[in-house]
Amino acid sequence: MSLALATASPRARGRVAMLPLGAALLAAAMLAGVLLGPAPVTMGGLTATVLDVLGIAPLPAEYVRDAAVLGVIRAPRVLMAALVGAGLGAAGAAMQGLFRNPLADPGLIGVSGGAALAAVTAIVLGSSIFGAAAGVMGLWLLPVAAFVGGLLATLMMARLGTVQGVAGVATLLLAGVAVNALAGALTGVMIFMADDRQVRDITFWTLGSLAGSRWAHLPVVAVLVGLPTLALCALARPFNALLLGEAEAFHLGVRVESVKRLALTLAAVAVAAGVAFTGLIGFVGLVVPHLVRLGFGADHRLVLPGAALLGGTLLVLADLLARSLAAPAELPVGVVTALLGAPFFLWLLRRRGMGA
Amino acid sequence: MIGADSVTVRAGGRALLADVSLTLNPGEVLAVVGPNGAGKSTLLRALAGDLAVAAGQVRVEGRALRDWRPIDLARRRAVVSQHVALGFPMRAAEVIALGRLPWHATAQMARDEAAVTLAMEQAGVAHLAERAYATLSGGERQRVQVARALAQLDGAAAPAALLLDEPTASLDAGHRGQLLRLLRRLARQGTAVLAVLHDLNEADFVADRVAMLIDGRLAACGGVAEALDPTLLQRAYGLPFRMVAGGGLLPDFAAGGR
Repeated sequence: MSLALATASPRARGRVAMLPLGAALLAAAMLAGVLLGPAPVTMGGLTATVLDVLGIAPLPAEYVRDAAVLGVIRAPRVLMAALVGAGLGAAGAAMQGLFRNPLADPGLIGVSGGAALAAVTAIVLGSSIFGAAAGVMGLWLLPVAAFVGGLLATLMMARLGTVQGVAGVATLLLAGVAVNALAGALTGVMIFMADDRQVRDITFWTLGSLAGSRWAHLPVVAVLVGLPTLALCALARPFNALLLGEAEAFHLGVRVESVKRLALTLAAVAVAAGVAFTGLIGFVGLVVPHLVRLGFGADHRLVLPGAALLGGTLLVLADLLARSLAAPAELPVGVVTALLGAPFFLWLLRRRGMGA
Repeated sequence: MIGADSVTVRAGGRALLADVSLTLNPGEVLAVVGPNGAGKSTLLRALAGDLAVAAGQVRVEGRALRDWRPIDLARRRAVVSQHVALGFPMRAAEVIALGRLPWHATAQMARDEAAVTLAMEQAGVAHLAERAYATLSGGERQRVQVARALAQLDGAAAPAALLLDEPTASLDAGHRGQLLRLLRRLARQGTAVLAVLHDLNEADFVADRVAMLIDGRLAACGGVAEALDPTLLQRAYGLPFRMVAGGGLLPDFAAGGR
């Protein structure tokens, strides 16, 4: 069905241009992300650093500071933001398509609630369970806990939401609500047990931050967020069939239950792996797919990759704002995404109407 | 093409369909009629593979339905449901183009554009192509869904089957005639057409055979005269029907006994 694009519509050509446009936006945002901030880096510094890393030309002395800022802080942070944002955007688009609900977001499948519970548990109980080892494992304990917690919560939600082999959308949604409520309650118990310093750690984790981005994390994120994001984009055709409803999708040859299970798994892995390293970041998964749809229509061949590109772009820019607005202090990036996302979303709704 | 062998469908302990056997043949229009709640849509959904059957089985080209891959089914039978609501806004042309999904990555993909154009012409919806589906009337949506199904069957290797659930329900008389004539034309070209219909005169006009369901059981299945027998109609609808001059059935509403 190459032709939803090719049919006579004059808008069709504009749509095809959308993916290169999104890629260009992401590249521009990433460039701004590495150059700008409390300690600005010049294009000269960036070029010299890249040439040095590639072994083409040695680093001139005047750019040593730029190279340090780029290599240690900016580059891993911007790459992390792009990957995590892409995962949230694509997962949000997939969940909205799967649940056929414009208000669906990745939080709905329990993944963020479960990740939060596990992360908070790790913060509160980590040092008492792992003792001195917790310090050594510091870089990985929290992410691994959050990742596993997020996946377990989604698995539980999928199990509870499946009756006689059929995962009904309404049952799944309610199971997600229940799992989130349970995770929230247990998180509350953990917070009750936490000391003051831990409560502060917990608060900042739940507001999200990219400040902890490390090169060591990036290969893991590239695989666990990047691959599921690409795989979700490859499900565009079955998602298009699901636009008509589950029975119609089956009539069109889609193995509906398999696609549902696969999409839930991919979205859960992508979101859990991202959240594991950055904490909770809201609104990207909800707003970004709508932005793409409002501009380019409901075709998932555009919505899924478009939401990934735009999600990466927005999170890179939100992180740039988060570390610039109150410099030298940093705002939690989740606060920035919500502050930008909520009014923008409302404005779009008022302008275009829901139409769903 | 598609056959039901003693099919029983249960929901909540109640048999929605009991022991129904029938065959849909290539080149014919089979109308399924019967009072509300008789199991007409259930029969259609069982034949389409949407429902698990409690007993008996549905066969497609002689092979049990559950042994078919969904994609192979989609390349030889299309279904038009009563209501289709979209998850997100789309244009009518995009909805119709979704009918080409089963042919992705096959040689038939080359026909995508031609198939959609032809389907829109046949269903008389070419002028609606650029309209947002959500802004269409109920009748216009039904015709768009018919076009989507026609696009889906374009390129089927063997005779295809088209199952329609009350396709005329929201249509005005003119468009009803258009659709019924289209179904006849499709049958003449070899397609097996099954349509759930409410209006007995429509069944009379379009069908080669009529299946009458009463309380989940097949009360009659055969030629129009046999299935639309006045005694049977009285039993099914609790109303006497009379033939009017020139052919046609008229329910005598005033004589309703229940």
